[in-house]
Amino acid sequence: MRKLAAVVVKEFRQIGRDRRSLLILLFVPAFFLLIYGYALSFDIRNIPLAVEDRDRSSASREVVSAFVNSGYFDLVATIAGERDIDRLLDEGAARAVLVIPAGFGRDARTATPTSVQLVVNGDNANTATTVVGYAVALIAAVSARYEVEARLASPGGPLLRAETRVWYNPELRSTLFLVPGLIAYIAMLTAVVSTALSIVREKEAGTLEQVRMSPVGPLAYVVGKTVPYFVVSLASAVAIVGAAMLLFALPMRGSWPLLVGSVSLFLVGALAFGVLISTVAETQQVAFQLAVLTSYLPTFMLSGFIFPISSMPAALQLVTYAVPARYFLTVLRGIVLKGVGAAAFWRDLAALAIFAVVILSLASLRLRREWSASR
Amino acid sequence: MNTIEVRHLTRRFGAFVAVDDLTFDVGQGEIFGFLGANGAGKSTTIRMLCGLLRPSSGTARVGGIDVGSDPEAVKRRIGYMSQRFSLYEKLTVDQNIAFFGGIYGLSGDRLAARRAFALEMAGLRGREGALTGELAAGWRQRLSLGCAILHEPPIVFLDEPTGGVDPLSRRRFWRLIDELARGGTTVLVTTHYLDEAEHCHRVAIIQAGRLAALGTVPELKQVFAGRPILEIRAPRPVDAMRLLDTLPEVEKTSVFGTAVHAVLRSAETPPGEVAARLGSAGIAAECRVVAPSLEDVFLDVVERSA
Ligand SMILES: Nc1ncnc2c1ncn2[C@@H]1O[C@H](COP(=O)(O)OP(=O)(O)OP(=O)(O)O)[C@@H](O)[C@H]1O
Ligand SMILES: [Mg+2]
Repeated sequence: MRKLAAVVVKEFRQIGRDRRSLLILLFVPAFFLLIYGYALSFDIRNIPLAVEDRDRSSASREVVSAFVNSGYFDLVATIAGERDIDRLLDEGAARAVLVIPAGFGRDARTATPTSVQLVVNGDNANTATTVVGYAVALIAAVSARYEVEARLASPGGPLLRAETRVWYNPELRSTLFLVPGLIAYIAMLTAVVSTALSIVREKEAGTLEQVRMSPVGPLAYVVGKTVPYFVVSLASAVAIVGAAMLLFALPMRGSWPLLVGSVSLFLVGALAFGVLISTVAETQQVAFQLAVLTSYLPTFMLSGFIFPISSMPAALQLVTYAVPARYFLTVLRGIVLKGVGAAAFWRDLAALAIFAVVILSLASLRLRREWSASR
Repeated sequence: MNTIEVRHLTRRFGAFVAVDDLTFDVGQGEIFGFLGANGAGKSTTIRMLCGLLRPSSGTARVGGIDVGSDPEAVKRRIGYMSQRFSLYEKLTVDQNIAFFGGIYGLSGDRLAARRAFALEMAGLRGREGALTGELAAGWRQRLSLGCAILHEPPIVFLDEPTGGVDPLSRRRFWRLIDELARGGTTVLVTTHYLDEAEHCHRVAIIQAGRLAALGTVPELKQVFAGRPILEIRAPRPVDAMRLLDTLPEVEKTSVFGTAVHAVLRSAETPPGEVAARLGSAGIAAECRVVAPSLEDVFLDVVERSA
């Protein structure tokens, strides 16, 4: 225990001494949040819209003008059949097609529940989600007016309701979707890259050999070395959530203990992964490249952070099952944006736990081999 | 009883034999020197004795424990200073001592006493807060030694402890080693500096992984019994050497600073005769018999075992 403490204290001192790395660990996350938060904000305007108005009533025209006047949609074509819909979407001339069925105006007036159809190009799911969100909000507004009118005309009559709702993020603030991704991304960065580098640095400097000569076992050494990075990564994750709450009015609907627990679970796997890399790499350069290739890039590209998994090729979708950040993102979005409990995403938590256990065993196996009389 | 017993110790890296069938003993309180050229296998031997590297074959007992079967127990009884500078450069002197003391399980009074000892030994009292990376090499080396023996091991392995250190610091360092040995600590030390071997009670010369010679320095010099060494000072040493090599009385020659050393085949040959031969070839040379230096021994041993 005392030996473990010595390693922890030493590592904290080293991190503290290395001001640049500490700054990177602590402040780059917030910086990223700002940059990505504003730059990647998925607010989209001038979406090319085609309309097929089968009703041609004043009510249908009112819906179309609500779309156009919103500023989010540009009317690029009026069309007359399914075939045109496919063509326009395929050519990219329109991103969305609004189809108003015959009889819409009558239904609206008589307060009969009715619907309009919106066909959206889904190749970019984020854009699609946003488009659907705008459309739903617009239709809800129109619908609300008819609802009020209908109620005035026949009190107690049936209500007009918009069928779809955008859940969890009703104002469609895209930045909010980014925050969980950022936490995953930063946790991966600090945990994997800095752990791997700090151990390999000791290999390069020869201090590891000196430590191996002492009665400190590999377990105490690795735990002692990773605890500080665990603390820093956790602090950094909590800071991001806090910053996002302040800057972007992130709701944080769920429970903090659940959040901290989930982040911790994810971090254990990530730290173990860093240790595993350090047992393979002999130089910091190799360690860095390995870490970036195997963890940081997948977290960025294959977790659903930037590119939605549902819009990936099938083969790539399969690969994402091996990316822990994928599960972590689901968990975080669940906690932060939906405020749901562990019951809703226990499968993802289990996947994270499996990942952590597998990587931990692999890392300790390799470490033990390296530690005792090696090669 | 011998503190270190090495029997047929061998280490291969693939097909390459880095340490080849070494057998020797080191007694308690002895300073045992390991001499050898770069790549001779000194570090590999030490790392096997420390339990850091598994022997390919052969055995080594350190402090009575077989390193192959229980390397962890060996580690507890020894101090090791690796060839590379191995303190945390970004930490202060005190923080390094605290760390190494901590991982060796020292605490309280014992840690305080050992800390004072290490600071005193390294000559760093009053500079506890200095960054280790900013210390001059000699101080760092002494601090490394101090950190390696915080736990007062009875056996200490030092791998080229004085590499890259100025002569004054080297002298100070060797005084520390002498003190350790006088206190009963067994020291096995490797070096490139032949003059340092004079501090060792016994010296092993290894060449290409094999033990080429072993003994006290005077014993080693015995290889020149009956083969006197002539030191020849001449204005044109290269020409002198070329001529000497043709003489039947001369076994071999080598350059020694500004002089040439010639090993004679027999003690019967008078130095004057060699001088005369050189003189008749127009080389005014000054010849005298000198006692063999360790460098002579080293070159001779290495040449003959190659
Ligand atoms: N892990 C290894 N894998 C392969 N070859 C190795 C390994 N370690 C050492 N060697 C080789 O074994 C030989 C002996 O190396 P060693 O480090 O023991 O020499 P040394 O006598 O300490 O040399 P130096 O004076 O340069 O420190 C060298 O040729 C070296 O390249
Ligand atoms: Mg060496």
